[in-house]
Amino acid sequence: MKAAVLKLLRSSLQSDVQADRVVPPSGFTAQLTLFAAGAMAFLAVFALALSLAAGRLAERWGDELARSATIRIAAPADQQQAQTAAALRILETTRGVDRARALTDAEQAALLAPWFGAELALDTLPVPRLIEVIETKEGMDAAGLRLRLAAEVPGAVLDDHSRWREPLVKAASRLRLLGWTSTVLIAAVTAAMVTLAANAALAANAQVISVLRLVGATDNYIAQAFIRRFTLRALIGAAAGMVLGMIAVLLMPRGDDETASFLTGLGFQGVHWLFPLLIPPLAATVAYIATRIAARRTLEGLS
Amino acid sequence: MIDLENVAYSYGGGELLSDISLKLAPGSFHFLTGPSGSGKTTLMKLCYGALLPTSGYVRLFDTDVRALTRDDVAMLRRRVGVVHQDCQFLDHLPVSENIALPLHVSGRSRETQSADLDDLLQWVGLTERAGALPPELSGGERQRAALARAVIMSPDVILADEPTGNVDWDMSQRLLRLLIELNRMGKTVLVATHDLSLIRATKAHVQVRVLRIANRRIQLAGADL
Repeated sequence: MKAAVLKLLRSSLQSDVQADRVVPPSGFTAQLTLFAAGAMAFLAVFALALSLAAGRLAERWGDELARSATIRIAAPADQQQAQTAAALRILETTRGVDRARALTDAEQAALLAPWFGAELALDTLPVPRLIEVIETKEGMDAAGLRLRLAAEVPGAVLDDHSRWREPLVKAASRLRLLGWTSTVLIAAVTAAMVTLAANAALAANAQVISVLRLVGATDNYIAQAFIRRFTLRALIGAAAGMVLGMIAVLLMPRGDDETASFLTGLGFQGVHWLFPLLIPPLAATVAYIATRIAARRTLEGLS
Repeated sequence: MIDLENVAYSYGGGELLSDISLKLAPGSFHFLTGPSGSGKTTLMKLCYGALLPTSGYVRLFDTDVRALTRDDVAMLRRRVGVVHQDCQFLDHLPVSENIALPLHVSGRSRETQSADLDDLLQWVGLTERAGALPPELSGGERQRAALARAVIMSPDVILADEPTGNVDWDMSQRLLRLLIELNRMGKTVLVATHDLSLIRATKAHVQVRVLRIANRRIQLAGADL
């Protein structure tokens, strides 16, 4: 598919220079097309970054977090140790549990530090013990585990995170959808803009077209002269816009692992850095098709 | 070559031409005359497929024009050289490139040596003006450049609509001699003009037939011209 598009572009772009010269050069409008293609490519880079980042987020919340759960043991201080051990025993024999471990006092203190400050002596408070449960790929039967815990460990509460995970996954998926919709809209606006510019160029060159028709030029020959121009302008403009957009994304402040959030994660990762490189050829293809349709329609209305 | 049979043409308002039958045989030289507004230009346009007849049949090279696709019309115009009264050029390209334009658009620019183009420029007397832009040319130079452009593809038919409309007598004689020369080379020539002295001058050199448009119809004019 990509090879076919490239071949099509190459064959239409490499024809002789003379064919290009039959249409007089146009200064200002050409720059407008370049600018608009560049601006659209710049926006497309951000729409892509948003879509991909939202996609990553949805995947992480939907997949990685789905495979972890927490059990909270809230029992009187003298029974906590025993109940924690009982819960761990149950987990060992539960299908779908990969591993489970009780958090140490130090880890729990670290988790609470953002809320209570680091100076708080946790042992003076009745803090429940947390057990981190990592599930296997197949997942565990949360309802069954809950029943067993209720029977044997009265102070245990199982939280599989689904309560707060679901709306987040939903929001991230919706954000991804919005990002892709924006990308499609940007492509459509590019097509509309190239069509307008091409129609203006065709109208401005009515005499050129009638001379060419008179001396025996086919519609295809005349159309190519316009198509080549607009395809090249879209390609060059979009390439410049894409480079600027990527630089802007590169310069976004980045959070480290602890402070990473959705906003600081807005960017490309790994192979996704290659995605924006598709914008210029796509813009060129859109311009090629739009100019071709506009030229055909105009030429067929002439004698 | 060009064959019109009971052709009528009407613009929105009313009929301009009706019941026109005409045959242009290979190698013939025809004049088309008539008062202005009588439909000379319209008849010329019917002859190269720029207009379709309202009724009747136009056959160009034995093909009905109604059956021609747009690409067929383009191919046809490579065999029919047309000179308009108000000839138009690509104003941003020099004269020599304008004259060679039919070769470029038909993809034949490589076959033709620049020597041929030089000969043609010499023939129409534009060697000195080859590098000029069309807006810089005088009326006569424009007409000669248009004629050179019309014949560079070595067409079978030359259609010239008032080719001497904007030029003085000497220049019109020069243009006429070029057309007569082409006719002697075997080309079919149709010239629309209202200049009767031009027709008389031509008759001295070559056998011509004069067609006159009057009252929407075409008549073979008498030999008294």
